[in-house]
Amino acid sequence: MTAIVELDGVVKVFGAGATEVRALGGVTFAVDEGEMVAVRGPSGCGKSTLLHVAGSLEPPTEGRVRLAGRDLAGVDPVDLAAIRRRDVGFVFQRLNLVAALTALENVMLPLELDGVPPRRARSEAAEALLQVGVDQGLTRYPDDFSGGQQQRIAIARAIVGSRRLLLADEPTGSLDTTTGDAVMELLTSLPATTGTAVVLVTHEPRYASWADRVISLRDGVIVDEVRAPAPDPGAELAGVTP
Amino acid sequence: MAVREGLLALLGESSTHGYQLKTGFEAATGGVWRLNVGQVYTTLDRLVRDGFVAVEEQEDQRSYRITEDGVAELGSWWDAVPGDEPPQRDELMLKVLLAISQGREQGLAVIDRQRTAVLGLLQARRPRRGARPAPAEARSLAQELVEEALVARAEADLRWLDRCEQRLLATGGGE
Repeated sequence: MTAIVELDGVVKVFGAGATEVRALGGVTFAVDEGEMVAVRGPSGCGKSTLLHVAGSLEPPTEGRVRLAGRDLAGVDPVDLAAIRRRDVGFVFQRLNLVAALTALENVMLPLELDGVPPRRARSEAAEALLQVGVDQGLTRYPDDFSGGQQQRIAIARAIVGSRRLLLADEPTGSLDTTTGDAVMELLTSLPATTGTAVVLVTHEPRYASWADRVISLRDGVIVDEVRAPAPDPGAELAGVTP
Repeated sequence: MAVREGLLALLGESSTHGYQLKTGFEAATGGVWRLNVGQVYTTLDRLVRDGFVAVEEQEDQRSYRITEDGVAELGSWWDAVPGDEPPQRDELMLKVLLAISQGREQGLAVIDRQRTAVLGLLQARRPRRGARPAPAEARSLAQELVEEALVARAEADLRWLDRCEQRLLATGGGE
């Protein structure tokens, strides 16, 4: 397996002096292509910062980040934005779709910003929407869709153009359970159907357990990592005494 | 719950032989509670003694049926709800509480170990990607509901462990 993103000894500090906050205290981990990793931890433990650094939205204070095989240290902001557009998609709890653009236009947006010709952008966007189960009303506006459908459109925008890493920060946080389950089933299926690696921040234990690997953060460091075992119908849940 | 309530519930349906009660009990409870035949007959004897069950003998075979008193006893059991005072002596809860009593670090260490184990068990039951659903006849409704109960319990344990961690971090170390 090839790692799509690698963090090596990443420290992230916000502020300075009395207001200094050490959000990440030396994190080392990698996500392979086609892998799904869930990140858990209490509020303020550094989960979102980890996503932002992994997706090159924030530079690390110390340590190295490699994205799609490229060390991001010293890469200028314009190149960094291009790498991000090509390889990384983000999905957030809040449905950050552009209200004035149609579903199709929202998904075309990152491609157009990357200079993809309109016809090809349109075709790839429609294909991405199809992959997430949105095949109707592509020329309607976000407000015309339910919350679950809007999140699907946001996921389409995050994976369009065969991006290899999807970073999702509590993507079911604003959805009811049934809709959240459907969105999670979609996210879980992406590694197999598109080869996209998914890093999911979630406080929901069940959704975390759907990932190949679960990482727990506390005070900015990884305190635990659990890899999914082969399904075992005979596993005993009661009376855990390791 | 004891075996007696389970047998009364099954006898509510029809007159039955002891071995049928054993297999019926196991099927109805999704296979989570295996009975031996001796246990079934001992319990039936007590139910007969207490007047909740009547026994009939035909051609060397004993069959059992529920009496009116048995129906009333069963009705009381259906209506009873589990109390939460005092809380059940749950091993996980007691272990974590005792660990926290030893100090913050021990509390967090035990929370981490227990959470790892519970998460692993939950992962073992995660939906398999691309797996076709098992044929309907392969698993009974009771077995599926047992599975769902185990998942729900593990989720609840994880949420509680998360809560313990949050409370400990907020009160224990000033971080």
